[in-house]
This record gives sequence, C-alpha cells and structure tokens, in this order.
Amino acid sequence: MTTDTHITGAQALMTALEREGVEVVFGLPGGAILPAYDPLLDASIRHVLARHEQGAGHMAEGYAQATGRVGVVMVTSGPGATNLITPLQNALMDSTPIVAITGQVASHAIGTDAFQEAYTTGLAMHCTKHSYLVTDADDIGPIIHEAFHLAGTGRPGPVLVDLPKDVLNALTEVGPAQPVVLDGYNPTTEGNGRQVRAAIELLEAAERPVLFVGGGVIKAAGSAELLAFAEAANAPVVTTLMARGAFPDTHPLALGMSGMHGSYTATTALQRSDLLFNIGARFDDRVTGDPATFAPLAQVVHVDIDPAEIGKVRNAEVPIVGDARTVLTQLLTALERRRGDDEAPARDEWFATLAGWQEDYPLEYEQDPEAPIKVQYFIDQLQEATGGDAVVVGGVGQHQMWVSQFWRFSEPRSWINSGGLGTMGFAVPAAIGAKMARPDDLVFALDGDGCFQMTCQELITAATEGIPIKVAVFNNHGHGMVRQWQRLFYDGRFSASDLGTVAPDYPALAESMGCVGLRAEKPAEVGPIIDKALAINDRPVVIEVVVDPDEMVFPMVMAGGSCENVLLGPEDL
Amino acid sequence: MRHTLSVVVEDQSGVLARVASMFAQRAFNIHSLAVGPTHEEGRSRITLVVDAPDVEQLSKQLYKLVNVLKVTELTPEEALESETMLVRVTAGTDTRGTVLEAAAMLDATLLDLGPSSVTFQVAGDPATLARFLEVMQPFGIAELVKSGRVAIAKESTRAAARAAG
Repeated sequence: MTTDTHITGAQALMTALEREGVEVVFGLPGGAILPAYDPLLDASIRHVLARHEQGAGHMAEGYAQATGRVGVVMVTSGPGATNLITPLQNALMDSTPIVAITGQVASHAIGTDAFQEAYTTGLAMHCTKHSYLVTDADDIGPIIHEAFHLAGTGRPGPVLVDLPKDVLNALTEVGPAQPVVLDGYNPTTEGNGRQVRAAIELLEAAERPVLFVGGGVIKAAGSAELLAFAEAANAPVVTTLMARGAFPDTHPLALGMSGMHGSYTATTALQRSDLLFNIGARFDDRVTGDPATFAPLAQVVHVDIDPAEIGKVRNAEVPIVGDARTVLTQLLTALERRRGDDEAPARDEWFATLAGWQEDYPLEYEQDPEAPIKVQYFIDQLQEATGGDAVVVGGVGQHQMWVSQFWRFSEPRSWINSGGLGTMGFAVPAAIGAKMARPDDLVFALDGDGCFQMTCQELITAATEGIPIKVAVFNNHGHGMVRQWQRLFYDGRFSASDLGTVAPDYPALAESMGCVGLRAEKPAEVGPIIDKALAINDRPVVIEVVVDPDEMVFPMVMAGGSCENVLLGPEDL
Repeated sequence: MRHTLSVVVEDQSGVLARVASMFAQRAFNIHSLAVGPTHEEGRSRITLVVDAPDVEQLSKQLYKLVNVLKVTELTPEEALESETMLVRVTAGTDTRGTVLEAAAMLDATLLDLGPSSVTFQVAGDPATLARFLEVMQPFGIAELVKSGRVAIAKESTRAAARAAG
C-alpha cells in the first residue's frame, strides 16, 4: 500500500486550474484528453460541454471578453486541436486572454502519425502568444501558471498547453505555487515620464486633436481614466470597433467609430486632425484605409502595451509603451501639472466643425412601416426596450457594423465581437461564454443568418447547460456584406452569396434545440417580440428577424482607399 | 536593406522554429542563419543576416517571442564577422599547381586532393570568402558549401555595450 503524496499529472492540472481561480472550462473530450476529464469531475470547476471545439473556443473568448478574466478551453488531440485554430487566431487578433489545454497522443507515439495526432504546437505557433508541449508531469503545474500569466498580462492573448496522454497519467507531486519568472517576458506597464510630458505638450498645443481609442483601454480597465483625461484635455474621442463602450457614446465628446463603416464625423475628424492621440489602438487597415493618405495632417502620439504596434503602420512622433490605464493616469497628472490654474484650450472652431459634420452627415436610416424590417430599426427598438443595459454580442458582417453604428454603448465590456479576424459564427458561442461569466446580465447575440448557420448547434449547449442567452437572427437569406460588395464592385453579379431556397424554419430549429423560437416579419412586430423575448429567462430565446435583403451599410470607405473619400450612399460611388 | 542580428534565446526545443517561422510569417527574408550554444548555460545564440526594410519592427517582433532574451543589431563597422566555406575547385593536372599556389596565398586550408578537383576550407570575414571565390572562378567552382555567418560585437563599440547591457 502506498501512502505517498503522488497524484497524476491530470490531477496536478486540476490543482493548477483551481489555484488560478478557474470557475468554468469550456470543452469537448476525446481519447487523448480523457485522463484530464476524470479528475475534472472532482474539481471545483464547472465544465460546459460544447458541441464543436470551435464553439468551446469562442465560449472561452466570450467569457474573457465579458470579464477580463482568462477563459479556459480544453479539447482533445488531432481534430479537437485543429478545430480550435480559429478561436486561437481570433483571440490573438483581438488580444483576448484564453488558455487552451489540448490532449496529445502519448509521447512515444508523437511523430508516428498516430491516431488523432496533429502537430498542435506547430499549428498553434502563429495563432498563439505562446505555446507549450509538456514532456514531464512535474512541469504541468508550473507551465499552467506560466500560461495564465502570459495570457492575462501585457498584451493579453491565447496560450496553448499541449499535454501528451502519458504525461497526464504519470505520477507527480504538487508543491506550493511558485511565482512565475520568465526571463524573456517583462511587459512595460508604466509610460516613460519624458514621453508622457512630450505628449501633453503636443496635446496642449493642438488645435484639432482627437483621442483615438482602441481595445487596449478596455483590456486595461481604463475607461474611468479615459473619461477623466478626455474631459480634462477637452478633446473629442473616436473609438475603434474593439473599443466600443470604452467611452460613453452619449458623452458630448464622443464621435463614435471611424473607418470603413465609421461615421463621417469620426473618420473625417481623424483626416483633419493635427494631433492623433492613439491610446491602445493598432491602426488596423479597416481604420486607416490607405495608410499613405490616412490622417495626413496629424502628428501622432501612440500609447500601446505592445511596442511592436508602435511604428508598425504609422510612425509616432511620441511613442509611449505602457498599460493604457497606467499611462492615462500619468497623462492626466502631467496635464494638470503642466496647466496649473490655466483653463483647458477651448478649441471652439474645432468643436463647431465637428458639430457641423454631425448635423450634416448623421448616421441614419428610414424604416417604412410597410417595408421589410431594417436591422438598424431592430437595434433601436432593443436599445429602447432594455435601456441599453445589455451585453451585446455580434457576429460578423453588415449587422455587426450596424450594431457598432447604432447601439449607444455606455459601459466597457458590453460589446463582444470578432474584430480583427472577422470570424463568422462567433456570436452564439461567445454569448454563451459571456452569459456564463455574467449570469445576472442580459446577454443578447445579434447575428446574421449566414453566421448563425455556422455555429447555431451551440444553442443545444446553452439549453442543456441552462445558459439563457438571447439571439436575434437577422435573416436576409444571404451573406449580406458579400452581397453588398458584389452589388457595388462586381456589377451586381451575386456569386455564392445567396443562402438558397431552403432556409431553416429558424423558430422551429430553435425549439428543436431546447430554446424558445420567435419570429418578426414586420416592423410593427419588432417591439412586442422583443418584450416577449425579454420576459423569458429560463431558456435561451431565438428571434428570427426577417430583414430587408437589399439594405447596405453606409458610410463606407473602400478597402485600401483613402479615408478622404467617405461614401455616404451608393450614389457616391 | 541587409542587417546582421544577434539573437540570444533560451535553449529550448522549438525556439529556432519560432524565430525562423516568424520571419516567414512577416515576410522578412533570411539570407543566412547560424545557431549554436553560448558561454552561458541554457542560452543559445542565433545569428541572422536578413533583408528587411524596417529592422526596428523586426527586432520588436523577435522580442515578442517569449523565449527571445536579447536582440542586437550588429553593423559591419561594429562587428567582427566570420563565415566558413568548403569549396571544390576544378583542377586538372594542367592547372593544379596554379590553384594550389593561389589558395596558399589566400590562407585557404587544403582538405582534399582529387583526380580532377581540389577541396579547400576557407574561413574569415565575408570579404575573404568573396575574394577567394573571385580568384578561383576562372578555374571552375565544382561545388560550394557555406556556413551561416556568425558575428560578435567589437569590445570598443556601442553594440558591445548594448549586447552586454
């Protein structure tokens, strides 16, 4: 009889996850990861069984985006791991902290093309912040703690830990948790004081400054600091798609989103600005259009926790490496010190110009009560019914742009979407993850029919696990954004963008998956259907919203085109 | 623009793949690569000669790799550089004497005398290797194998200070 303190590698894994405070793992078991699923039954960790590994990955992302905590996904080797590649790349592009645990074939079988073998760490090399292949059960605990540290600090991102089956089964001992020390990883969080002062000098001298805010402010939990700084600076604020909610849209300084489908005012403000004060944004091509003609008059201050983002697309006159919240605090202090008892620059002319554009070129749409429903109208009605008090989760495409344009965001982490990778099918599983993280909040996925058909089976997960999300499926019987581009740039030749004559009966499909299924076909039905959906809290609800298939998203800046040319409608083309 | 980078990494499996693959991903072109242990336990050094328009961005991308500890750019003025090559020069009975004589003057090491060719080892800075090839070209280069370039900062230079940093 043994009385020693040895446990299996799999048990050590559970201990490490518990020490990291993990409350839920999203996953799907299979041969190689089976040893880890057994002690999971005894751990203080809930497991949510996804129907597809991609779904599990997006759930972990939704969880992480809704809270800022590290999301965890666990899948098996081979196809389990390859199905996870899309969420990993998605998390990398959007800087979402997740830890992926993958089973691997036994060590002796690695490299033999064994059943369900894939070179997971190789596949994950470019879609993770870092990855590990664990070869010794003693390393499991320390590596899991490293993985959480890497995922959650600095610029957050996905980290993968690949665990061969024999390593999970091997005996090991768990000692006290050790602090993580990584020689090659020391993110700078505090901005250089001289650069901070230089940034303030530029700001105070600027006549047409814009605070250009990215997702980094949300990751850094810096919204309150941003508000204080923007008000003190008396500068307008443009938010990227990833930063919707970082600054309240109702604030007088808020200009909304710029870029390909941003508002005329936000896009043109950057074009005319003399100081582009970037805090936590990476100058994505959807923001800049052609970088050579982007914000041609502006000097640039660029605050980013990732030094590689500074100067990658746009040279910065004042680069500041640091955590957005920390640097915003430094900036405010430096601003107050610089200014003393002086007033903030009034910039009346600049604000008058901006107000003029807002009046002349508002974001707008018309809903004819007799015509098909417009997505924008549904968004407005939902905003009204909820008072905006919801976590909104987007798919990818036209509806995503309309949500960003028309939802008036007031809180950080109230907008969850796939920004960088543009992953269709993200909304339903991400909403499940978000609802797991924030069970008391209303989590409403706004999805397109094309997206919905990619991952809707996760509604079975939501119904089975008792995760009552709400989903609106905007049914335009096709891939709307593809159709929009074909209409504008391919002479209306609609190649493979029609979803065909056999559309599912979405309410019936939802009912068959254990959800409540509803449908709205006319504008007058939208309000009552939303009320009905909001009254149901014991099951997931799916509303099919039959929408106008011909509606297009404007304004629009052409891909790779100049932000000088904001198309307000098809007639501008 | 060609740059020589000296990259100190943790000596762990997969590190070279991560570095090399990042270059491919970011469309930076590797001209030469040499990897080997350093004087410190658990540390390896990768010396890269690369074509990249923006070496600063390249350096930042290298630093994003968790196992990368130190990246130093070595300019030709600041660095001592060395390469090794093995060259088989065509040399029949009529030209053999001239080839051997020229090789001796260029400090090449004779490794093998074959019936129709002679094999030399040449080590030194890139200019030395280039000079040798230039001289031997008329006789005919039958085969050529080159190592990656290795480089070390001169003690007197700023790069040395940075590398020691």
